[in-house]
Amino acid sequence: MSLLEARHVTMEYDHRTIIQDICIHLEEGELISLLGLSGSGKTTLFHVLSGLALPKEGQVLLNGRDITGKPGSVSYMLQKDLLLPHKKVIDNVSLPLILNGMSRADARKKADPLFAEFGLEGCQEQYPSSLSGGMRQRAAFLRTYLCAIVQTEGTSASESSALKRTSRSGARQEADGQDRVMRTAALLDEPFSALDTITKDQIHTWYLDVMQKIDLSTIFITHDIDEAILLSDRIYLMTGTPGKITHELHINPVRSLRKEFNLTQEFLEYKRRIISILSGLH
Amino acid sequence: MKERSENITRKVPALAALALIVAIWELVCVSGAVPSYMLPSPIDVVRAFADDFPNLMHHAATTLQEAAWGLLAGIGLALIMATLMDRFLILDQALYPLMIITQTIPTIAIAPLLVLWMGFGMAPKITLVVITTFFPIAVGLLDGYRSVDPDAVNLMRAMGANRRQIFRHVKFPAALDHFFSGLKISASYAVVGAVISEWLGGFEGLGVYMTRVKKAYAFDKMFAVIFLIVIISLLLMELVNLLRDLAMPWAAKQADGSTK
Repeated sequence: MSLLEARHVTMEYDHRTIIQDICIHLEEGELISLLGLSGSGKTTLFHVLSGLALPKEGQVLLNGRDITGKPGSVSYMLQKDLLLPHKKVIDNVSLPLILNGMSRADARKKADPLFAEFGLEGCQEQYPSSLSGGMRQRAAFLRTYLCAIVQTEGTSASESSALKRTSRSGARQEADGQDRVMRTAALLDEPFSALDTITKDQIHTWYLDVMQKIDLSTIFITHDIDEAILLSDRIYLMTGTPGKITHELHINPVRSLRKEFNLTQEFLEYKRRIISILSGLH
Repeated sequence: MKERSENITRKVPALAALALIVAIWELVCVSGAVPSYMLPSPIDVVRAFADDFPNLMHHAATTLQEAAWGLLAGIGLALIMATLMDRFLILDQALYPLMIITQTIPTIAIAPLLVLWMGFGMAPKITLVVITTFFPIAVGLLDGYRSVDPDAVNLMRAMGANRRQIFRHVKFPAALDHFFSGLKISASYAVVGAVISEWLGGFEGLGVYMTRVKKAYAFDKMFAVIFLIVIISLLLMELVNLLRDLAMPWAAKQADGSTK
């Protein structure tokens, strides 16, 4: 059973089919990306996967449970960082905990140790407006992560230790024989698209690092081919109007060995293949 | 420090213009072009203000009380109405046009009616203040609620937030800025509204004072009371600014950052 699965999802807006018969799946611990030109319905698919939009046909399953049209089970980082301007960074980040009924003080206590892990140390008491674009993305990503923790707790009581473990040792979860992977998924919609190239490079490295530590199963949307190859185990290519999944690629090198992967011949091979597929379609 | 001096520099042109107007006014009076019973000189006005100060304060207290109660009730009503109208589309469709219509009715026309219905006490004054202050605040709040990025609401839903939580964490804070803009307008309306309704009948208040000195052709006192009303309105607006900075520390912070 896959962690998250879309089965034959078709979605319409105003009698226009946006995405058609989409079948994708995400396994535990996997990082996959959804690569496609703009307008191919990637964000629409995310809205369906997150439960925000009800598809015309098809189902979304999380751990085999039908969550179609039910938001709140999957963690979703939208394209904009959407940090609330009136809340300090730490209150923004701990919002998922507060929404789940935790007191503000407790939520702050849980979130605080993670700031160092996410490279946000010292930003706790600042307002989002004083953060740089890269820092805002990190904060939004930390919020997404905390949301995933809350949702893991919500889905099964037996794994309620995830948060305790996290708060004790930062995001580094101990290999104590327990299932290290959280049983929920995160959806990231073009998380790095607003950043300039240098910031982007830095944040890619940081992202791979952090993902190694937190083991969050993730699908992310990108239209940047390099980014897709660099950051994923698997790539779905989505093209056309209405959008369909046309190809699926496995990226072989283990993620932890990807530091300079984008300078290798192998990387270029992947890139060439993707470009030829995308240009062949047009 | 630097910020303060910049602040003063910005106000210099306005102060200079004001001083010029007062100077011209004084010159006109001194030259004898206009008889002094029709246009008292600025110095006469200041003297009248000082001479009648205790009396003015007594009347101002009444007016301020009416304005304050009316404004508070107006804020309360606006909060309830705008929030309900945002929550229930049908209420919005039903009440928004009515709200606009109430604003087209001239204040001066309903004031006598209110006096007839409610007598010469505070009630008709407070009611009129509620009617005039309610609208800018309600419209401000409605605009504020609608200014929320739909994606912010989507994010909250994706995080499992219910309607109440979305209102509390996203919608209401987003509306605060608009709310205070409306409140600033309403605060000045409140004083004017109270004064107008006092014109049409009452025992005390700045409006009552105005009608009395008008009947006595004491133009210097007329001017004095006008200035008092201006000062009170300005102070109230400044108070609103202060409250805004207290209620929205994040916005105040931003303003600080931008002047650096």
